[in-house]
Amino acid sequence: MLNTLENIIPSPVIALLIFVALPLVLVSIYALFAIWMERKVAAHIQDRLGPMRVGGWHGWAQTIADMLKLLQKEDIIPTNASRFLFKLAPFLLFAASYAAFSVIPFSSAYIGSSVDIGVFYLLAITSLLTLSVLMGAWASNNKWSLLGGMRTAAQMVSYEVPTIMSVLSVLVVAGSLNLMTVTEMQTGNTTLGFLPDWLIFQNPFLLIAFVIFFISIVAESHRVPFDLPESESELVAGFQTEYSGMRWGIFMLAEYADMLLLSLLGSVLFFGGWNSPFGEFMAGPIWGFFWFILKGMVLVFVMMWMRWTLPRYRVDQLMQICWGFLIPISFVNFVLIALWEMIF
Amino acid sequence: MVHALKKSLVTLKSILTGMKVTMRHLFQPSVTIRYPDVRDELPETARSKLYVNIDDCIGCKLCERACPVNCISIETVQATSDVDLGKTSTGNPKRFWVTNFEIDMAKCMYCDLCVPPCPTDCITMVPEYEYSEFDRNNLLFQFSELSPDKVEEVKEKLEKEQEEKQRQKEEAARKKEAEKNKSEDSPAETKSTEE
Ligand code: SF4
Ligand code: SF4
Repeated sequence: MLNTLENIIPSPVIALLIFVALPLVLVSIYALFAIWMERKVAAHIQDRLGPMRVGGWHGWAQTIADMLKLLQKEDIIPTNASRFLFKLAPFLLFAASYAAFSVIPFSSAYIGSSVDIGVFYLLAITSLLTLSVLMGAWASNNKWSLLGGMRTAAQMVSYEVPTIMSVLSVLVVAGSLNLMTVTEMQTGNTTLGFLPDWLIFQNPFLLIAFVIFFISIVAESHRVPFDLPESESELVAGFQTEYSGMRWGIFMLAEYADMLLLSLLGSVLFFGGWNSPFGEFMAGPIWGFFWFILKGMVLVFVMMWMRWTLPRYRVDQLMQICWGFLIPISFVNFVLIALWEMIF
Repeated sequence: MVHALKKSLVTLKSILTGMKVTMRHLFQPSVTIRYPDVRDELPETARSKLYVNIDDCIGCKLCERACPVNCISIETVQATSDVDLGKTSTGNPKRFWVTNFEIDMAKCMYCDLCVPPCPTDCITMVPEYEYSEFDRNNLLFQFSELSPDKVEEVKEKLEKEQEEKQRQKEEAARKKEAEKNKSEDSPAETKSTEE
């Protein structure tokens, strides 16, 4: 992809910049769309209409208007806040999710960096999220923010374990840490004669691994029912209480970027990434991109759908679910997958 | 471990049930009415803004007394005998000038208690609900349309008439007294002679 760009554009620097900015464009468009979609899904599940006024069809321009509003808002920094860290936190948070996009294979022709330790890189860089949330919370000089930040840290660190265990189960089957390789080995339609070769269909235990993975990515991108870091009702927005205007907007953007990132990771690991579900039919780099985003968006949709179904968990229940259920089940599941791989 | 698995299965099942319900609602038609464009027809008995048909009001102050939060204030002046205020549409004769009739809708709690006591059915709830204001004073609804001059006039008239009446009364009383005295004298005499 970089080579193609360098061929089209004379200056290699500009080509590189464009290459780097592509995921940013994608994430921004996606975030605008996803926030609108979230509101629509929320509204329709509650038999409402949602935004209808701004823009023509079903208020499609609502998020753009919201963004413009956020940009104009006053940028308030609390007097005794640690100014530098306070300002840095949202950008670090976004940078962490953005950096992780570099190893996501968007289509057979486009991957930011096809590194051999892709998955580990991704998991490592996303742990910066915890750091920046905690940083923002601490720098706000506000008890509630700090409490929210601590809860976030506890939640994200705990849920990292089942996430990694379920990712590891996939890697045991795939035998590679490079996400491109993992995707490529899922090409074709041979499982049971008609199903696509996606990892989720290959092994009954991988289905369990997927369920665990999905629960933990919901927790990691702190969405309902695990949205304890924000918890509007008891912590008044938690770690982001003191943030206003576009700084808060960037937190929001990062949350949505995070959702997309983890959903895309899920679709690479379990649903064949950019592979078409119909084998050779509708395959190719462009279609690949389409399929990939579609799979990611379906997972994002399921997260939104869950948000309006389940009530929020208490913090002790959250820990109970993680340490009492998910971790033991994922460990056993991991061993079973390894055994399955040895036998077949 | 077995316990954990069992519990997980139950949880998963209930989550799926819930998701099924929300999914069904996702495709149900919305119940929202797009308010400023589309307005819902209010039911006939809806309680909203109060309206007084002041031509029918006989100034009995029953509504004022019925109101638990004292948001109706009525001032009346009795009509002098030379004016005929006419009758209400329900046939009740009107005997008072209603010089001031105010309802403070900012205080009103829409309890509807003022409506049933009205003998002429002139205070009613009308289905009108958009009357938010920036200034609270704009929620003071005035119904009486008498001009201040007119109010003064009727007040003066009433005073004069009352003075007149008072005088007449006093005169009548004096006359009675005199008559009494007169009649008291003669029977006393007859009484004494009889004895
Ligand atoms: S509705 Fe109730 S509160 Fe309002 S004016 Fe009538 S009696 Fe008073
Ligand atoms: S009860 Fe009816 S007639 Fe009597 S003062 Fe009130 S509005 Fe007028």
